[in-house]
Amino acid sequence: MQIDFQSSRLLRPARPGFIRLTLVLAFFLNLLPTSFWPWFPDWVALVIVFWSVRSPLVVGTGTAFVLGILMDVVDGSLMGQHALAYVLMSYASRVMAHRILWLPLKQQLMNILPIIFIGACLQVLVRWFAGDELASVWYFLQPMVTALLWAPATYLLMLPQFLSNDRDYERPI
Amino acid sequence: MQWPVIALTQVDEYAVTLDQVRHDNAALRQARLVDAEQAQRLEILEAENQYLRKLLETKRMLGARVQPATILYSARDPFNRRVILDRGADQGVIEGQPVVDDQGVVGQVTRVAPDYAEVTLLTDRNQSIPAQVVRNGLRTVVFGTGDGRLEMRYMSSNADVQVGDWVVTSGIDGVYPRGLRVGKVESLESDPNGIFSKFILTPAAGMGRYGEVLLLEPITLPTDRPASLDRPADQATGATMSKKKRKAQ
Repeated sequence: MQIDFQSSRLLRPARPGFIRLTLVLAFFLNLLPTSFWPWFPDWVALVIVFWSVRSPLVVGTGTAFVLGILMDVVDGSLMGQHALAYVLMSYASRVMAHRILWLPLKQQLMNILPIIFIGACLQVLVRWFAGDELASVWYFLQPMVTALLWAPATYLLMLPQFLSNDRDYERPI
Repeated sequence: MQWPVIALTQVDEYAVTLDQVRHDNAALRQARLVDAEQAQRLEILEAENQYLRKLLETKRMLGARVQPATILYSARDPFNRRVILDRGADQGVIEGQPVVDDQGVVGQVTRVAPDYAEVTLLTDRNQSIPAQVVRNGLRTVVFGTGDGRLEMRYMSSNADVQVGDWVVTSGIDGVYPRGLRVGKVESLESDPNGIFSKFILTPAAGMGRYGEVLLLEPITLPTDRPASLDRPADQATGATMSKKKRKAQ
């Protein structure tokens, strides 16, 4: 399977419909009442960063902004808190995409981790300036778990692109 | 000469009884385990029952305009203290309603959806409540600190407040009814400049101990406006028009 540019296998293009579907699914996963698990990943951040790296023409800072505002509304948090973080994460991943895609998966993960971690720290900082309390230390587990999900997300979100054009029914993919 | 027979039967009887007793013992042990488990559950049920009875009593004391609600979960946002209740606008919940349990004030409804409502707890950093010291009636405002406690800020350094004083709602804000317990003064933190002092309180209500709370009706509805503002605009302008007309004539 091709996960970086060093492979010579050709991929199908990512379908915009599928990309939007994953964004919607990630948004619904974020709506779950998971406040008892501070480590529960931020699925929207993960999917935005992923598609900003893989398909920057479909998902960019605009999509990140809209999804961020939606997250702010459903969370009842500070207006623009998620939007700011998502836009910056999307921008950073887009800038770094050319380098990231040449790296093997483990090193990709090491590049993704700071992007997501800084995004989470930014939200803490913004809330702190706004006069809210600081989140507990466990909050910082969440960007770690989110970044670790980069590896499974790569395989899962690219499944439709791994399908070959001449379908061989003896082969699963 | 039947003693061998007698002895044998006695030995036999002894062995049988011993076996029986062993069996009974094992069975009883098992039964006791089951009973213990049930007794434990009974204990929890009893505690819950007592709590609900107290809540019912509180409801009777506060009058009929209260509504019981269940806490579903705490809000996803990790930067403040909010919980979600299972009653919403469809059940008549409105923004600003005080929320209490059997011990004291829990917080205030801050966001309402058709079938759920969001309550900001008193311990939230952005929540404050007008209060009064029970012992001498001193009025003050109690703030949440964000770490599960409350505080009275900017009290004059000679304010008559002692550790152990009860603080209740003063009712002057028109939202919280008067006399609901807010917290108990736990300690005093002096300002290094010696101008103000700060008192730390432990909240009276069991924040997040049980899942059942009561929604109270605010004394005055927060959406109430002075009657003069409710007069239709055209009527008001009409009145001035007629005055002008009269002047012109």
